[in-house]
Amino acid sequence: MAGSDAHPAPAPLGGKLITPWTVFLGLLSLIGLFFIGKRLIFGIGAVSNINDGYPWGIWMVYDLVIGAALSCGGFAMALVVYVFNKGRYHPLVRPALLASLFGYTLAATSLFFDLGRYWNFWHVFWPRYAQVNSVIFELAVCMTAYILVMWIEFTPTVMEKFGMYGLRKKLEKWLFFFIALGVLLPAMHQSSLGSMLVIFGEQIHPLWQTPVLPLLFLISCLAMGYSMVIFEASVSSVGFRRPLEMDIFSGVGQVLKWFLIAYLVARFGDLIWRGALGYAFVPGIRSVMFWIENILVVIPLVLLWTPRLRRNPQKLFLAAVAMALQGMIYRINCYFTAYVTGDGWNYFPSLPEMMVSLGFIAMEILAFIIVVRLLPVLPAQEPAPKAAAAS
Amino acid sequence: MGMDRRNFLKAAAGGTLAATCAAPVEAREKREMPQGAVGLLFDGTLCIGCRACMSACKAENDLAPEFNEIEGSTYWDAPLDISGHTINIIKAYVGGDSDEKDTLDGYAFTKLSCFHCVDASCVSCCPVGAMTKDSVSGIVSHSKDACIGCRYCVAACPFGVPRFTYDQTFPYIAKCQLCKHRMAEGKYAACAEVCPTGATLYGPVKELKKEIARRKALTPGTETEFPRGHIGSSDTFVGPVAKYIDHVWGEKEIGGTQVLHLSAVPFDKLDKKPLPDVAPANVSESLQGRIYHGMIAPIAFLGALVLVAKRSAKALGEAGEPDHTQAGDRKGE
Amino acid sequence: MHAQIQEQHSIDFDAIEDRLGMSRRDFLKFCTVTASTLGLSAGAEAAIAKAIESAKRPSVIWLHFQECTGCTESLLRANHPTLERLILDIISLDYHETLFAAAGHQAEAARHQAMKDNKGKYLLVVEGAIPVKDNGIYCKIGGQTAVDMLKECAADAAAVVAIGSCASWGGVPSTKPNPTGSEGAGEVLGKTVVNLPGCPPNPYNLISTVVHYLTFNDLPALDTKGRPKFAYGRLIHENCERRGHFDAGRFAKEFGDEGHRKGWCLYKLGCKGPETHANCPAVLFGDVSNASWPVGTGHPCIGCTEEGIVFTKPIHALAELKTVTPPVFFARPAEERGTGVTFAAAAALAAIAGAAAGGTAMLARNLGKKAPEPGQDAARPAEKKGG
Repeated sequence: MAGSDAHPAPAPLGGKLITPWTVFLGLLSLIGLFFIGKRLIFGIGAVSNINDGYPWGIWMVYDLVIGAALSCGGFAMALVVYVFNKGRYHPLVRPALLASLFGYTLAATSLFFDLGRYWNFWHVFWPRYAQVNSVIFELAVCMTAYILVMWIEFTPTVMEKFGMYGLRKKLEKWLFFFIALGVLLPAMHQSSLGSMLVIFGEQIHPLWQTPVLPLLFLISCLAMGYSMVIFEASVSSVGFRRPLEMDIFSGVGQVLKWFLIAYLVARFGDLIWRGALGYAFVPGIRSVMFWIENILVVIPLVLLWTPRLRRNPQKLFLAAVAMALQGMIYRINCYFTAYVTGDGWNYFPSLPEMMVSLGFIAMEILAFIIVVRLLPVLPAQEPAPKAAAAS
Repeated sequence: MGMDRRNFLKAAAGGTLAATCAAPVEAREKREMPQGAVGLLFDGTLCIGCRACMSACKAENDLAPEFNEIEGSTYWDAPLDISGHTINIIKAYVGGDSDEKDTLDGYAFTKLSCFHCVDASCVSCCPVGAMTKDSVSGIVSHSKDACIGCRYCVAACPFGVPRFTYDQTFPYIAKCQLCKHRMAEGKYAACAEVCPTGATLYGPVKELKKEIARRKALTPGTETEFPRGHIGSSDTFVGPVAKYIDHVWGEKEIGGTQVLHLSAVPFDKLDKKPLPDVAPANVSESLQGRIYHGMIAPIAFLGALVLVAKRSAKALGEAGEPDHTQAGDRKGE
Repeated sequence: MHAQIQEQHSIDFDAIEDRLGMSRRDFLKFCTVTASTLGLSAGAEAAIAKAIESAKRPSVIWLHFQECTGCTESLLRANHPTLERLILDIISLDYHETLFAAAGHQAEAARHQAMKDNKGKYLLVVEGAIPVKDNGIYCKIGGQTAVDMLKECAADAAAVVAIGSCASWGGVPSTKPNPTGSEGAGEVLGKTVVNLPGCPPNPYNLISTVVHYLTFNDLPALDTKGRPKFAYGRLIHENCERRGHFDAGRFAKEFGDEGHRKGWCLYKLGCKGPETHANCPAVLFGDVSNASWPVGTGHPCIGCTEEGIVFTKPIHALAELKTVTPPVFFARPAEERGTGVTFAAAAALAAIAGAAAGGTAMLARNLGKKAPEPGQDAARPAEKKGG
């Protein structure tokens, strides 16, 4: 398939829906739902350790901020395929879109339950209430719009399943507009996830507080998007026993490499420009976390440096994991490590709190597995030579 | 065939340039204190730690008592900090064993309640406009009905003022609103009204600033008249002026606040760590303004994207054109 | 309990009833009340009872100098025991200018005799300030200056008790400009004197001090100003019946206003309770309930026991709060709040991280083993075994 534009059409994966894996995921989901129920009845404090010194815990920082960033696969692939016109990455679009779809939907749902007065959530969209100076306003509107756009972008897949080809063609006439939105909207709100921190002023340590935060979050999320595309493909390949199309993936690896370089330039360029790099050498937990965060950019960069390295599925996978982890640590650093909240406050997620986040992740993975088996998302497998059967 | 990367970049660059030229954006202007701004003056040297202000505040705002493990009983309201149920608190700084009040080795009292900032972070960050600043009195108030409980205000406030009730099924944000609900009856902040030594004093910020200047100008130890309740009140007493730290908390912090503090003990001992003069709300809104002003840049960018996406979609055979598929061709999405 | 006392110490209550006119019950009540006023531990009332029962009445010499006789008047209003029982049956009052029937040289002679007879054993009580200016000529009794008389009497006294603010630190006569150079007894004598300030002082403080001396042959614990701690160890503010109003911010602002009529705190009217040491709100005066001390009647305390407050500070000037160190549940500027790491949470996180790492490693290994893809260059099979 190297170099050709012809790929097998997507088809449902088929296979058993009830496996030990899906049962396990189902169980985690149920536990998560139980604690959500407890939160709804007894209050946020009954389940989580969120307090006034740390009003945002892992539900906000992991489920929303990190979760949304990890779901940038759709955005990342749309950029490459539809803006930079690299048609050969086209088969990656649907699975990336699906992963993004579920990731974002779960992030939004998780945020909904983190809201204290969730029944008023519609106020963010209602002109009488919406306050346009707020970064969260922009975040909520763009994210919601993007989720809608993604569902719309996904309808052709559903239509195909149910043989509604005529309707599908009609939708396709306008798809380009949604695709364009699907690049604009995430660019806006992913950067806003960084802009959210600007108003914290000196409550965010100088190693992380910068007006360039939106740009850093944008580059970072795209890098995470490409990483997640590689990650999910690698997992699917092993999990569903399918071959990996190395040409395409090494291409994604190359794109990732450029984003890593851009990130490092922006990150360290900003630190030097602001004269804040000195803080990285002050002994303490913050400088340690800073270096961990940045070493995790260098590792994938090294792993992806040459074309030869990029053709290695293991190196690609590890690079992807490292970058995804980097994005997580960067955001954890921005929101927790760098957060100067005042003396005496303690926060660490409680066990029920973690189970809720875990439950949401489990729900997302479970849904992904089910949909991929039932709907035409992944490219159909070619009859493969015996040697290609994965372990 | 189709728009390639070079052309896309040209279009995007052109569009964005046009957008930024069309609407030159200055940093958002610095907010000024409203003409009729009212506030409080808290003079820590006058405070005797009687906590009548806490009792009055709870009574006027219908707040529940809070118990703590140190005090050990459920008889007395003994909060350790402001919270969803306590919006005003007197805290005691104890530096050493000395019995002398307002000394580093002794002890001092400080108050924590909303500072009603001139350029409030909470007002800027609230996505649903639940936090509002009155254009005349400058009082920053909160509306439970609009609030979605996202706690952005809790995280953003540089003074750590808005608090949330994490222990309730239907929680809410709580913070001092200068008893504006009493103003219709001609009353004012309950904490100031009840303070026996005038440590908490209510009044127009202009007048409060004059009073601050007056006190600071006197030699420490000079006997002078202190008003109680509100500035200009006839309920006064005569007492010695203390030796103040040469800093008025709230004068410049975060662009200025309407609640000002005087102290004889350095403010960082009272958990009032140094704050910058610039209002973070200004920084954030300027940044957002530069990027999104009039939505010009996003729309221009969208325009460029639409053009590019349309061409790419056509090239990929996804633009609803007659079906060109053959066996082996991908039937793309 | 009373039967116990009788048995243990075989006190003759009948004799006491004859002598003091107090039934056994009233007598024991008196002993118990005195013991509690003195802040003594349980069982002390028995010792007191025994001491009082003993026949030998200690000699007391009572001097009057620059005084209004208010302290004596206060003593006259004591009820338990009544004054005549006190001076006739409990102590031997061998010299008292107000209460003596005799006068002139006869009285002085009686004093000298009593001093000689009880040398080293009599209690000297001083009422009134002592002027020292111009060699003390501003107060003379029987041709002798107050200063000389005091020094003479104090020389052979077992203990000296200064009753009232005047004798304690100068009182009214010492108010600026203090034209006669009035001083307290302790200052004149230059030695420790038991001071019982007050204007007037509470008679039970004196009675309790005397009884303490009788019982234990020792004076009660004194503070740095020579005042017995049992009576002057606390601020009035700490025991004030109106303290709840102070704490809740309810203040009378004018005499006769709503707050005043409701009995609210008088701090804003200048009550000196927060800076005055005395036990008035605990012990009260005159056994007529709390309507017997100034605050109880609705007048701010004027700080009559404290030098530098009464007769110096205006009555309606705001008192300085001599508050004790803030109580333990005063919030500190920064308290520990929120739940940090718990074992369960850390363990769970470690488990999740471990599982993730393990899964990743497994996947990576699997990927390393992947066979060449269909269509891959035969020239590149070596890389497939990557890792």
